[in-house]
Amino acid sequence: MSKLLEVKDLHVGYGAIKAIKGIDLYVNKGEVVTILGANGAGKTTTLRTISGLLKSTKGNILFDGQEITKVPAHDIVRLGMSHSPEGRKVFGTLSVEENLLMGAYTLKTHDIKTLEWIYEILPRLKEREQQLAGTLSGGEQQMLAIGRAIMSKPKLLILDEPSLGLAPVLVKSIFKAIKEISSTGVTVLLVEQNAKAALKLADRGYVLELGKITHEGTSKELLNSTVIQEAYLGKKK
Amino acid sequence: MDIFLQQIVNGLTVGSLYALVALGYTMVYGVMKLINFAHGDLVALSAFAGLTIYTSMFADGGTSMVAVITVFMFTAAIIAVVGVLLERLAYRPLRTAPRLSAVVSALGAGLVIQNAIMLIWGPNMKIFPSDLFPSTVYDINGVVVTFTQLMILLFSSVLMIALYLFINKTKMGTAIRAVAIDQDAAKLMGINVNRIIMIIFIIGSALGAVAGLFIGIYYRGITFDMGWMYGLSAFVAAIIGGIGNIPGAMFGGLMLGLFNALISGYISSAWAETFTFMLLIVVLIFRPTGILGEKVAEKV
Repeated sequence: MSKLLEVKDLHVGYGAIKAIKGIDLYVNKGEVVTILGANGAGKTTTLRTISGLLKSTKGNILFDGQEITKVPAHDIVRLGMSHSPEGRKVFGTLSVEENLLMGAYTLKTHDIKTLEWIYEILPRLKEREQQLAGTLSGGEQQMLAIGRAIMSKPKLLILDEPSLGLAPVLVKSIFKAIKEISSTGVTVLLVEQNAKAALKLADRGYVLELGKITHEGTSKELLNSTVIQEAYLGKKK
Repeated sequence: MDIFLQQIVNGLTVGSLYALVALGYTMVYGVMKLINFAHGDLVALSAFAGLTIYTSMFADGGTSMVAVITVFMFTAAIIAVVGVLLERLAYRPLRTAPRLSAVVSALGAGLVIQNAIMLIWGPNMKIFPSDLFPSTVYDINGVVVTFTQLMILLFSSVLMIALYLFINKTKMGTAIRAVAIDQDAAKLMGINVNRIIMIIFIIGSALGAVAGLFIGIYYRGITFDMGWMYGLSAFVAAIIGGIGNIPGAMFGGLMLGLFNALISGYISSAWAETFTFMLLIVVLIFRPTGILGEKVAEKV
């Protein structure tokens, strides 16, 4: 299998504070890979560096065989990477439809098929097409954020905490949608605090603690590891 | 009644000019959360540049619509370039600096432009020729409307409607609104934020340039420090309408123009500025975000 994304010895800091202290990870084409970790472990920082919003202090990021460490965020989107950020960050005073069209900003003409497909897997968005995104519920905003991210027809979809603050029934439908997206061949890199749901969906996983990767393996291995069970899956000895 | 209608016409004319200038303030603020204090001086620069272009290209006085349009196009292009340079030199290096640094830089840039005008064109008032537009006067039931006023009303309405449609109906306009809401999220859509900011400065400066030329043609006397006066009024208009809000700037400009004209007509023009700032205070007490306010639809 060929690697779509490869991160080598990545270091990121905010001023004097070192948030990421040398991590290595890769994502194969077609895989779903998850990064688990507690608050402040550096998950979001890792994703923001991969998509170009933050600059690394050391290390390399390769996407589809191309060095993207110093490429600005808006050009990385053009290469086929799409990032749905933490906290959804939908454009509140734009309509749902306009938000989705912004997702296709890099394409010359947006693909009606993609839009219809998004409305199919996330039907609530179709109902609220003309509503301002800021008036949607949290779950609907998350659906919109994911829909917006796949409008650019990415090779790699990066999702940062898609289940954050959502009711369990909504978490379920969000994960169902992610599964649907991945089944069409889109590679997914998923950051989650909901470790159980993430590992069930993912092929492989990494565990990030204080800016370093402490565990990695297939989802099955991680689900069965006692360390992981105690720390992230809430099981007692 | 005649005074009232006459002052409405005069007020709408001046208000349109305020609105055009206010748009520059509000668009930059909307996207960068920065008050571009040098904007008024760009308006002044436009009047001087336009005058020079007119006198050097059409010195024999052969005025035609073609000549006027040429002057407007050239001036708007020059001021747009100056606006882009202003952003590159005075604001971009401070993009991540504290807000106050950019404000100081803006004030400094304004002084630089103002003094450059004084050094190039001198400290004395320059007079616009009176023959740019025909001196036709229309008398409609006692209300006098000059050809210049008609042109100001017509051109500024066309420009404002075009801007409104551009911002609300085009992909680029939607991208501008997206950048105004969240720059990081906009980058993740593949939007080049620097390019959007450049476009904002081009549009804002060009609109200011049109206003500057009209100010020269309408009032005729122009001085190197006039940018401060017109800039401040337009800035007040932008705040009254709701800074960051495009229809707000249009509304605020027209409202301020009408208000000023009515105060001048019924009380005294000497009091117009006093009342302008009283209006500002009253609006800010009751509507701190301006009359139309920044559109807020955030649900957390």
